[in-house]
Amino acid sequence: MVSRQQSSRPGGHQSPTAEQPSLSISVTDPVKLGNGVQSYISYRVSTKTTNQEDRGPEKIVIRRYSDFVWLHERLVEKYKGIFIPPLPEKSAVEKFRFSAEFIEVRRRALDVFLKRIASHPHLRSSEDLKNFLTADEEVWAMEKARLLGGSVFKKNPVDFLQMFKEVQTKVTDVVLGKDKPLEETDSEYEKVKRYVEVLEEHLSEAQKQSFRLVKRQRELGQALSEFGKAVKSLGDCEGGPVGRAFSGLGGQSDILSVKLQLQAQELLMKFEEPIKEYVRIIQSIKNVMADRAQAYRLQKDLSEAFKLKELNLEKLRLVRPDKVAEAEVEVREMKVQSDVARARFEDIVRLMAQEMERFQEEKAKDLGAILQDFARAQAQLAADTADAWRTLLPELDQCSAEDMQTLQPSS
Amino acid sequence: MMGSEDDDSQEARLFTSTDAMESLVLDQTPMPHPFLSNSDYRIAMSGSMPLNESHHPLISSTSQKSLRDSFRKGFQDSPNSSSRQSLREADFVEPPSYADAIFTPYMGDASPEHENGREVGSSSSSSLHSFPTDTDTLVIKVTQPQKSQELGTSLVPGGRSYVTYLITTRTNIAEYKGTDFSVRRRFRDVVTLADRLADAYRGYFIPPRPDKRIVESQVMQKVEFIEQRRLALEKYLSRLAAHPVLRRSNELRLFLQFQGKLPLTPNTDMASRMLDGAVNLPRQLFGDSSAVVPPQEASQPAKGGRDLVRLFKELKQSVTNEWGGVKPAVVDEDRAFLEKKEKLQDFQRQLGDASQQAETLVKAQQEVGEVMGELGLALIKIAKFESEEAMTNTQRVHANDTKRIGTATIKASRFYREANVQSVKHLDQLHEYLGFMEALHAAYADRSNALLTVQTLMADLEANKLKVEKLNQAASKFFGVDKNRNRKIEELNEVVKVNEEARDCSQQEYDRIKERNRTELERFEKDRRKDFLNMIRGFVMTQVGYAEKISNVWTSVAEESVTGLFTSSSGSSTSN
Repeated sequence: MVSRQQSSRPGGHQSPTAEQPSLSISVTDPVKLGNGVQSYISYRVSTKTTNQEDRGPEKIVIRRYSDFVWLHERLVEKYKGIFIPPLPEKSAVEKFRFSAEFIEVRRRALDVFLKRIASHPHLRSSEDLKNFLTADEEVWAMEKARLLGGSVFKKNPVDFLQMFKEVQTKVTDVVLGKDKPLEETDSEYEKVKRYVEVLEEHLSEAQKQSFRLVKRQRELGQALSEFGKAVKSLGDCEGGPVGRAFSGLGGQSDILSVKLQLQAQELLMKFEEPIKEYVRIIQSIKNVMADRAQAYRLQKDLSEAFKLKELNLEKLRLVRPDKVAEAEVEVREMKVQSDVARARFEDIVRLMAQEMERFQEEKAKDLGAILQDFARAQAQLAADTADAWRTLLPELDQCSAEDMQTLQPSS
Repeated sequence: MMGSEDDDSQEARLFTSTDAMESLVLDQTPMPHPFLSNSDYRIAMSGSMPLNESHHPLISSTSQKSLRDSFRKGFQDSPNSSSRQSLREADFVEPPSYADAIFTPYMGDASPEHENGREVGSSSSSSLHSFPTDTDTLVIKVTQPQKSQELGTSLVPGGRSYVTYLITTRTNIAEYKGTDFSVRRRFRDVVTLADRLADAYRGYFIPPRPDKRIVESQVMQKVEFIEQRRLALEKYLSRLAAHPVLRRSNELRLFLQFQGKLPLTPNTDMASRMLDGAVNLPRQLFGDSSAVVPPQEASQPAKGGRDLVRLFKELKQSVTNEWGGVKPAVVDEDRAFLEKKEKLQDFQRQLGDASQQAETLVKAQQEVGEVMGELGLALIKIAKFESEEAMTNTQRVHANDTKRIGTATIKASRFYREANVQSVKHLDQLHEYLGFMEALHAAYADRSNALLTVQTLMADLEANKLKVEKLNQAASKFFGVDKNRNRKIEELNEVVKVNEEARDCSQQEYDRIKERNRTELERFEKDRRKDFLNMIRGFVMTQVGYAEKISNVWTSVAEESVTGLFTSSSGSSTSN
């Protein structure tokens, strides 16, 4: 699944600019750094540009989880309307943070995260991405400090206004008796929203069951191992051909138990986690849907506010001509804002449509590959199981024959 | 072919069929009754011949060849037909096995004749029906539980209700005088049967009877409880029917055939037993020559309520054995036996462990099967949803692929669960044999008790002899004739004689039990080895078979998906 993302996207989507180098990114080598409470895991992020003309050298940086979070937040802010690839979750339980499995799961998820960004026609050209991938340690540290420090004021004026307008909107709504936030009534969009919601339910269910499968398969492996041990002891007690038969049974149980545990691990990494990632992707879609709703409300509000201001202007012309000039300026400003807000909303709508299409394509491919891998892995496991048990049969035949011998007096 | 048998069984041959395949095996001598024919029994058990080689005049009229009851279906399933052949021949050398009664059908074998229409995995009857009718069969079924009302007991007004079961038997064993018959019995009757068998067949590995399970009367009426009990009864009776000696016992025959109230004495409740004992005690203490255990009782264990004096004495003896520092006259010199006993204890431990782990394993397999089913359902739901919403062809294809894999997952889950059901049937043998250990312990306890009796009687004898000698010495010192003393000497000599007889009897009984222990153990070990080999093989074959099936399911769907992905233009992905 993930490997598909490494190659440049086939045509069929809004074309990334042709000169854009395609990126090959990987996240590897988790290393525990720091002491005690402040310890954390760092990851090696390696980037190669695979452009024919400009084969740059491999760029390697060290990043930690919070750095990825930063990148994610930047992208969410800047690219409204785009489904930003999701991050793996923070860990709830402290001591689980450093378990080998958790680290590996997280590493894979971060790897997928960057690969998805790198293969996205818009996101791949993000400055923030470039910084993330290439900034040396000191530069990176400075950048982070600067950006985190000024986070309250880094929003541009329109955003600032937007914040203000949100408050205003709420007040207006309350005053005018509108309790419900204004929503689009586009029936097509409604369908999309509904689709996303139901899909999330289904995928969550599949993820839940696949997680249970991993767990149960592990338990089965464990049970087989215990069974093998007990049976071997019993065989030692018995001795003779029966003892050997039990020994064989125990031996194969051991072998299979190991296979099962390994396969359970694979199932987790290649089946359960990818499905989980898709659940997260859907959540990121829902974020965009929320953004869209917000943008809709904003442009609606600003448009109303503009209309109001226009009306007031007309009134003022009659009543207070001295205020007219000022008011005219305000009206013009309002119009600009309203237009900007509407443009942004329409942007989001347009982008979303593209993104949905892209999402469907990706999903079909990804999930198809996931399911196919699953089927193949299960087939392999079953075949291995059959083989392992089958090797016992000739030995069992021999044991039976020997047992028969001991019964007959030599004749 | 079967060289050793042919020489010994000339007369038996006259009565057997001429089927060339079958060897001539005489059944275990049926001499259970302790009060009769001890000598006959000893003849029968002379030497250390294994059961199948014993023969003696008494059973000539009833000699039948015995086809091995436990012709395991497993052998039929074996792909190797030549080994099947050789196994079949070897079967006839052996007496029927324990495990016949716990034979469980393998994959695909349904018990066709169960009246309730449900498969009874553990009924031996199913296996026996496939045999030609001139074999020594005894097939028992337990059906039709019915509630009955006890006629007003003295204390409780209105009766208490109880359940009776219809016990149906089909047999061609001659003693039974009849081939098909049925009776109604209640659980209490089974307890009585078990108790009487335990008394009469000391030293044998008697299959343990179903537990009494003291539950309140409400529970007793529940369908599940009754059904559980019915199954347990059928299993128990079938096991008895498979035991070469017990199947011919009078006790069993009466139980199966006698219409009306079961003519076997139940162990009465503690109170009346204690009463009996109290009545006997004065007699025994002050008494007549029944201060000595009469010979016929010497070959019986001390009964709870009735033989208090004897119990005390034997208890005293056992304490003497432990702490007396003096070795009793007869010691269980059978070193091999003691070692064996320890080994068996070890074995029991391991077996218990294995049985437990098997249970865990089976549960774990079940869970995997279940969750696979749920995963499959979730996938199918997704597929259905996606195909409804699909707008592009890619989406349609994807939905279709998902559906196929979801279906495969569900199929696999079904196979997992089926495999598990079969595995349970095989691995259950571990559990069954664990249950059998109880029978072993009882048989060995019989032996210990018999030995104790012997030791006690010997001690008694010594003591009495000493008394006689003392009196004789005293008499020889005086020249007069002391009528009292002489009478006493007379009496004591009588006592000594009785004592000697009793000791001899008890010694015989002890030897008899020892021998039974030995042969039963041999049989048990043989059967156990065979049954375990079958179990392992059956289990492994089940696993192989189902793993192959599951693998096929996955492989075929994985391959289909591949084509599906690359032919996205044609909406012609193979349907499932």
